Amino acid sequence: MSEYTLDARNSLCPMPVIKTQNRVNELHPGDTLTVTCTDPGALNDIPAWCRINGHEVIETREAGNEVIITIRVCG
Amino acid sequence: MSSPRKAVALISGGLDSLLAARLMLEQGIHVEGINFYTGFCVEGHTHAIRKKDRKKPKRNNALWSAEQLGIKLHILDIIDEYKDVVINPKHGYGANMNPCLDCKIFMLNKAKQWMEEHGFDFIITGEVIGQRPMSQRKDLLPVVVRESGVGDRLLRPLCAKNLAPTLPEREGWVDREKLLNFSGRNRKPQMALAKQFGFEDYASPAGGCCFLTDENYSRKLVDLWQARNKKEYELDDIMLLKVGRHIRPQPHYKLIVSREDGENRFLHGYRNQFSTIEIKSHGGPLTLVDGTLSDKDFKQAASIAARFSQGRDADNVNVLITPLDGEAYSLDIKPMPTAEIKQEWHV
Ligand code: SF4
Repeated sequence: MSEYTLDARNSLCPMPVIKTQNRVNELHPGDTLTVTCTDPGALNDIPAWCRINGHEVIETREAGNEVIITIRVCG
Repeated sequence: MSSPRKAVALISGGLDSLLAARLMLEQGIHVEGINFYTGFCVEGHTHAIRKKDRKKPKRNNALWSAEQLGIKLHILDIIDEYKDVVINPKHGYGANMNPCLDCKIFMLNKAKQWMEEHGFDFIITGEVIGQRPMSQRKDLLPVVVRESGVGDRLLRPLCAKNLAPTLPEREGWVDREKLLNFSGRNRKPQMALAKQFGFEDYASPAGGCCFLTDENYSRKLVDLWQARNKKEYELDDIMLLKVGRHIRPQPHYKLIVSREDGENRFLHGYRNQFSTIEIKSHGGPLTLVDGTLSDKDFKQAASIAARFSQGRDADNVNVLITPLDGEAYSLDIKPMPTAEIKQEWHV
């Protein structure tokens, strides 16, 4: 179980979702991925993508212009 | 019991693809969705930029559709491969820069590849024949089927009864009797079916699925190609066509002037890729400058940028000019009178 980060700043939806999807596909169940975005649309889209694909959103927070979302990869 | 047949659904985020996928689920088919991101998709980049658009609820309609259906959705980045479709469409453009026929062929071909790689049996789309002028004409269907290579593994559940039976129907994987016979532009049957399935709040079916059908956007794209003397683009180019006022005072340079805070913030992200003009003495927008400019050009550009600042009526506005490959310098400039900003400069 490892922790990973992904920088999806300055890319507009749906690119943060696509980047998250492609990264998660390389990870293993139990790993966590923290994605940093500047498109506020990610706040909706990444959790929606996780719900559809059965991954867990552990935390979402906003810091200044950034949206930070942590996901636990599920099996 | 044998495992269910698998269909890959092209999910656009609109009502038709939602209904088509739902009809397949009703028949016990295992459905997963794919959604293509070309860089021009309406779904994408608009809502994030402009402040006024930020107030609207944000959602990606393809993801929303998949969630309503309870299916997986795979979003495929086809930005690079799609360039050839936009730049050299074999079948030409529609009313604007939309290469709909080539686009359909390309996407179905991609879907076919995905189907084969993932062990799926057939492809479904929400197309209704006769609904859109170019890409959904009945006489063009054989062209799309032939050139995309999908053969008879392409099923269009909403209008299948108007078409010859496809492999999934002939093999009995799906019951043709339960497929539909929608045709033409009337949207009432779709709305009635949505109601029957309990779908509310679906994306409204207006316009095309991408910016290439938009007249203003298409004009900016053509202007970009003319100015570069080359039909090519990068993702950043096509993003920037959506943002700000685009003003071309001379053939060799263009200004992109932000219209409000959200755009200003967005354009800030491109400061290292363009020359910039910032208004220092007054409130005002950030201006990106695309092209190679002489000192005289920069003066002209600065006076135009000053015109869009809060100092528009002042005698002088102080600006900071940062050429892409040079030292930044400060300049006092008289804002250009509105009457001198020619209408034809606005791209
Ligand atoms: S509107 Fe755009 S995405 Fe839709 S078929 Fe035409 S070119 Fe393709």
